Amino acid sequence: MSTLNKDAPLAYDRADARVRADEGLAGALRSFVDRIKSGDLGVLPVIVGLLVISTVFATLNPVFLLPNNIVNLLFDASTVGFISLGIVMVLLLGEIDLSIGSMSGLASAMIGVLWINQGYPIAAAIGAALVSGALMGAAYAFLLNRFSMPSFISTLAGLLALLGCQLFILGPTGSINLPYDSFLVSFGQTLVMPKWLACGVALVPGLMMAVSGLRQMKARKAANLSSPGMSVLLVKVVLLTLLLEAAAIYLNLGRGVPWMFFVFVVCVALMQYALTRTQWGRSMFAVGGNTEAARRAGIEVNRIRMTAFMLGASLAALGGVFSAARLATASQQAGAGDVNLNAIAAAVIGGTSLFGGRGSAWTALLGVLVIQAISNGLTLLNLSSSLRYMITGAVLAVAVIVDSLARQSRASHGRA
Amino acid sequence: MTEPNTGPASHKQPILRLSGISKTFGAVAALADINLEVHEGEVVALVGDNGAGKSTLIKILAGVQQPTSGTIEFLGKAVEIENPAHALHMGIATVYQDLALCENLDVVANLFLGHELSPWALDEVAMEVRAWQLLGELAARIPSVREPIASLSGGQRQTVAIARSILLDPKIVMLDEPTAALGVAQTAEVLNLIERLRDRGHGVILISHNMDNVRAVADKIVVLRLGRNNGTFKADATHEQIISAIMGSNDNSVSRRESVEKERNQ
Repeated sequence: MSTLNKDAPLAYDRADARVRADEGLAGALRSFVDRIKSGDLGVLPVIVGLLVISTVFATLNPVFLLPNNIVNLLFDASTVGFISLGIVMVLLLGEIDLSIGSMSGLASAMIGVLWINQGYPIAAAIGAALVSGALMGAAYAFLLNRFSMPSFISTLAGLLALLGCQLFILGPTGSINLPYDSFLVSFGQTLVMPKWLACGVALVPGLMMAVSGLRQMKARKAANLSSPGMSVLLVKVVLLTLLLEAAAIYLNLGRGVPWMFFVFVVCVALMQYALTRTQWGRSMFAVGGNTEAARRAGIEVNRIRMTAFMLGASLAALGGVFSAARLATASQQAGAGDVNLNAIAAAVIGGTSLFGGRGSAWTALLGVLVIQAISNGLTLLNLSSSLRYMITGAVLAVAVIVDSLARQSRASHGRA
Repeated sequence: MTEPNTGPASHKQPILRLSGISKTFGAVAALADINLEVHEGEVVALVGDNGAGKSTLIKILAGVQQPTSGTIEFLGKAVEIENPAHALHMGIATVYQDLALCENLDVVANLFLGHELSPWALDEVAMEVRAWQLLGELAARIPSVREPIASLSGGQRQTVAIARSILLDPKIVMLDEPTAALGVAQTAEVLNLIERLRDRGHGVILISHNMDNVRAVADKIVVLRLGRNNGTFKADATHEQIISAIMGSNDNSVSRRESVEKERNQ
């Protein structure tokens, strides 16, 4: 019997002789390579995909990489991004919400009807859209909890019902224009961060990483646990800051960083915090990984499902509001066509598993950049939407194949 | 055949008393009129053949299923165990045969599942330290607590499941076949652990098919047969006594084989 001694010179997590101590930069690199080899790819495929796509489109049409085109791309990405962030919440549980597109369409129609036609304040219209999203999500969760109705079916029914609502409230005119001089439309079309502010904000993630990293290192040392070391943290912080500063400066060469994209990234960061650093987030992954185990551990599975579906549909509604702002119109076409599948494809391309229990909020951001880059690049090449659909479909297929291969590799390397 | 047993601490009030517990699934009576008492610092082994109702009884105590009739008294008060969270909250921890671990989460996350420290900003460092201490108490050989459960062997998973059950310092720990998947050394460790639980004053309910393990640690052996109580024995009861209670009578294939052997030897 080998009881661990508190005063032992070895850290708790270094006491076992079979564990290789990956200290310092070289160690971090080595464990990273090990992870990739075992199939724990993380966000690597999507980054590689983004680079490949950018290279291809930039070669075909140099306009693609011009700052102003990227700014446009980010404006577009934010609207689908919110919907995609919503679907990540539902996918993490191993469930699906097929009605997010219709939900966003209904939300944009509500903005048009309540704000322009009925004359309610804009805040009330947005509030009503978000509340209707939350109610719809609650309805799906209730059907799943109470009647074990598969979310695939209930949200398919919801897709039709919400589409019907959207057409009904828009009435025979079919489309409502939003005033160009309103705050909402400028937010969706033109508002960018001041250049100095964008560069300043780009420093924040690095600083936060440094502070939390140092604090964690101190806490781990005090608790007799090993930590990756100062050099690793330093390299990470410097790389992140350089990357973000470069992006901010490049976008500032054009119109600048869209406020809408900034709001989206902040929401993604908040959701990422909630998923990884709170009990709620831990419960989400547990329910997605093994529902029965989660229930037996005392997690209220029904409540977790309720929050996930409500959050998912509310975020979809918010995406709908922003897409109305982006297009300056609430029409019957909003949320129709490929919005639904683009949002789901973005989450999956980003690396969120369709089977639950794997993924992160960042996948919505990365995936939506890929989807939007393809759509933007193909539009620049003057290709029709028929080709765009086919190519997006092919990319989604490749993403799922990469995910399956990685899962097989993880299974053979004994990682979930 | 059946020896009434008063148990080592029967003068005290039991932590848990079941009286007249029945559970029917349609026309099938899985449990009929079960009585059971568990005292502080007592290891009660629940034995019986397949279909005897052991798992159903465990599920009722864990709050997974509700009894059709009968009363459960916990610490002297009649209670209804509504759901697993309620059972845990009262102080009944369960290690299931299928372990109920989340393979996509790491060891620390599984140990603290549903009971994370500081829910709004998880204290990963404190949880990791506590995880190492818990595993240390079990002399567990787990190389890293930051690996997902999927990368652990069967024995290591069992250890994690047992460590999780004692995290909240429960009154009663129920172990469903805890040693079935373990090697020799780890089985011995689990048996040591069960004795340690008893010494700390926990009540332990142990389900096992391994009579050697049962007789090694149990203070009281309760036999179930076809959903009914079929005898209660002290640990010094003979193997044959327990087996015949499990099989229902002396006239069964096991005792027939034994008597044939005896005749041959004579």
